[in-house]
Amino acid sequence: MDSQIALLLGQDGLTSGAIYALLALSLVLVFSITRVLLVPQGEFVTFGAMAMAGMQAGKPATLAWLLLGLAALRLALMLPAALRRRRLPAARSWGMLAYAVALLLLLRNLPLQQLPMAVQALLALAMVVPMGPLLYDIVFRPIASAHALVLLIASIALHGVLVGVSLLMFGAEGARSEPFSGNGLALGAVTFKAQTLWVIGVTLGLLLALYAFFNHTLLGKALRATAVQRLGAELMGISTAFAGQASFALAAFIGCLSGILIAPLTTLYFDSGFLIALKGFVGAVTGGMASYPVAALGAGGIGLVESFSTFWASDYKEVIVFTLILPFLLWRSLTTRHTEEEA
Amino acid sequence: MSYVPPSNLHDGGPAAVARRLPAARVLLIALVLALAAVPLLPAFYVTLFNNIGLAALVVLGVVLLTGVAGMTSFGQAAFVGTGAYATAWIASASALPAWLAWAGGSPWFALLAGLLVTLCVAGLLGVLTLRLSGHYLPLGTIAWGIAVYYLFGTFQSLGGHNGLANLPALQLGAWTLERGEQMFYLIWLLVLASGWALHNLLDSRSGRAIRALNGGQAMAASMGVDVFRAKLAAFLLAALLASLSGWLYVYTQRFVSPTPFGVNQGIDYLFMALIGGAAQLWGAVVGAGLFILAKDWLQDWLPRIFGETGNFEAIVFGVLIILVMHRAPTGVVGWLSQRFGPGRTPVRHPAPNAPAAALARRPLPPRGSTVLEARGLTRRFGGLVANNDINLALHAGEILAVIGPNGAGKSTLFNQLSCCDMPSAGEVRFHGRSVAGWSARQIAAAGLARTFQHVKLLPRMSVLENVALGAHLRVRPGLARSMLRLDRLEEARLLAEARHQLERVGLGAHAHVEAGNLSLGQQRLLEIARALCADPSVLLLDEPAAGLRHAEKQALAALLGRLREEGMAVLLVEHDMDFVMGLVDRVVVVVFGEKIVEGLPAAVQSDPRVLEAYLGACA
Repeated sequence: MDSQIALLLGQDGLTSGAIYALLALSLVLVFSITRVLLVPQGEFVTFGAMAMAGMQAGKPATLAWLLLGLAALRLALMLPAALRRRRLPAARSWGMLAYAVALLLLLRNLPLQQLPMAVQALLALAMVVPMGPLLYDIVFRPIASAHALVLLIASIALHGVLVGVSLLMFGAEGARSEPFSGNGLALGAVTFKAQTLWVIGVTLGLLLALYAFFNHTLLGKALRATAVQRLGAELMGISTAFAGQASFALAAFIGCLSGILIAPLTTLYFDSGFLIALKGFVGAVTGGMASYPVAALGAGGIGLVESFSTFWASDYKEVIVFTLILPFLLWRSLTTRHTEEEA
Repeated sequence: MSYVPPSNLHDGGPAAVARRLPAARVLLIALVLALAAVPLLPAFYVTLFNNIGLAALVVLGVVLLTGVAGMTSFGQAAFVGTGAYATAWIASASALPAWLAWAGGSPWFALLAGLLVTLCVAGLLGVLTLRLSGHYLPLGTIAWGIAVYYLFGTFQSLGGHNGLANLPALQLGAWTLERGEQMFYLIWLLVLASGWALHNLLDSRSGRAIRALNGGQAMAASMGVDVFRAKLAAFLLAALLASLSGWLYVYTQRFVSPTPFGVNQGIDYLFMALIGGAAQLWGAVVGAGLFILAKDWLQDWLPRIFGETGNFEAIVFGVLIILVMHRAPTGVVGWLSQRFGPGRTPVRHPAPNAPAAALARRPLPPRGSTVLEARGLTRRFGGLVANNDINLALHAGEILAVIGPNGAGKSTLFNQLSCCDMPSAGEVRFHGRSVAGWSARQIAAAGLARTFQHVKLLPRMSVLENVALGAHLRVRPGLARSMLRLDRLEEARLLAEARHQLERVGLGAHAHVEAGNLSLGQQRLLEIARALCADPSVLLLDEPAAGLRHAEKQALAALLGRLREEGMAVLLVEHDMDFVMGLVDRVVVVVFGEKIVEGLPAAVQSDPRVLEAYLGACA
């Protein structure tokens, strides 16, 4: 290996590491607020990437139908309880349905293929982000106080459903979107690929935005309070249901954005999201599912290891990435004093 | 001293037997009879039932690990794969290196090798993750599951992604098990045997320790349970069952490839346990059966309804699982027994006719000798000093009370004395030895037993079983003996001791009630009985009289008085002054983390510093 290849691999590693870091952050966020290990996080990535690739290939935006279906399902699930109280379901649910219908009409009438890439990305986000809170309401809100294992199983089951739906919507062929911009940036002997710069730039921007959100806005502080102590936050008037929806919306946003970012870099299939999110999860766990900076660092490291092991032993790439956590676990188990989690 | 195994005969005489034959036993007999008839069905159904049996074996382990012990593993399919590949590698003698050729084709050697490799891998994963909090085991097993899947696919000696085919049939001595219905009997024999062994295990000393893992780890450690070891035992047992299933899989399919051992299959096993009901062993068979039948049925029908494109059964399955989690999180068996069963009744342990031999007792130290001592004990939580330079001594044959207003640091003191917490400075001495660095388990083994301010018991276990947990260290039958029911003599002695202590605290009539159904006062008495079961020389009671009625308090005071007569040392934290002042020998008053007064009850009661602490400045 010469330094040229090393630099190339390092770039690749940093790119995927940045994506893993974003996913790790949103997994930690959702977990600490709702106790849900968001296994379907990867599907948001798939959706984002597929929406971009689909629009550029001139395919109809099937995701808008999924959004419409979810909005209708949530409304239908709220009907029995509302009818018992002789009232119509909350205006918000009707609003979401109207939004989904409007978005669908808009997408059917826009010349999607000719739109600038930024508008395409916005449309993709407009379809995927509302799915987060909808899925929270449909799947997790009714069992919000259940045992963590029940939440985990529901989360895995939801992942299965979404992968199945994803196959229906996008088919079994892989898809890849066009790069955001052409030329790279040459710094001395090193040439940075344009997409790498995009990924790293957007990741850093998002990290800063999240930092500002959680430290300087009331909503962000409310979410943090819920993460620290659910009951206490609820007693202070913070709705845990709202916190759950907000965290799922953020997760869907981060997932979809990650998908948009990597879509030009690699060919994605209907089920590719899972393995990507799993690596984010490995990163999250290196941060003990609690610390954001450590989780991001761990995820970055995984990206680098993956990239270099692709070069040296591509057959064993996944094996290396996933057995890498063993020494890490050893370190944790030697340094952590045992603490019990009371169920 | 003859031992009569506890059975229903002792409950109501022979006439009652027919009426009392428990529903579970009737079900079991019906199941075995129905199973015996399965090979009469067409071959397709035999194959289906073979698959159900293979899965049920794995799911039994998942029930033990997840439903009973509260741990989650995604790697069970990988353990099945470990067992299967070890077997296939040895069975297909062509793949073997020369130095192992002598073992080629031996199913016993294959079984042994599969179990050993599984034991090593599961042991490594367990040692790495089980000391950590909950999420590391799922992560470790996911990573292992994925890694092993790719390994199976890349090793050319294991056939790569194509796998190993044309494996020989199972040859047990003179028998060759070639056809599906022959394997059927072997598979289901092993399922029933494993279920029986696990059933025995759960109803034993080691089983109670495993059952305590789900929500009672701190308490169990204070009763002398080695929590890590209990976790490891449950994890290894589950992995071994999976590996055994892999061994059977090879001889049933005569073919292995990496596909059935990926993480998705690991998740399926978890689904099966949850659908069936992870809290009962029955759930394993029911869950595996429902899952495999439903999957087969859906794969058959969905394409006819929706056409061939798409993976509809994954969608329908996911939705079904979510519905089960919403409507019946206890699974089908749990739901059935809630709806139609007699309600959950804990296992009954009727008293045997012949009294069991009493357990050996610890010699108590001579009356008046110092048994427990705190020297300059200080505990800081960040900037808060919860205990500051506290000195006290407890002597054999005395009752010492620690009193003080709320927030004075009494429970912090208690936790340090019982090694549940470590002092920031100073030391605790037990029988003259420093206990610095000891775990709660070690000091429990040395003869200190405690109760908790916030009652810690296992609400779904019977009162008797909860109390028996206290005597965990007094008999030592191991896992294997428990599973084979060779532990009954020790078990009878242990339960007799638990029954005796229950009667001592006045709960004898409630032995078979679920502990969660007792009133708070009775739960406190249960904790005292549990502590006494450990045969301690020092008893630490955290607010034992809170929630007790007047008569119960009098009875408790009388019991503590008797214990003092026997030479036990009792330290109690209590707010009920009438109870304390009439009973104890000496009183220590703690205020804001400092000991302000120590002395006889009467002197303490009139001490101006105490009055000030409790009532504010009095002029």
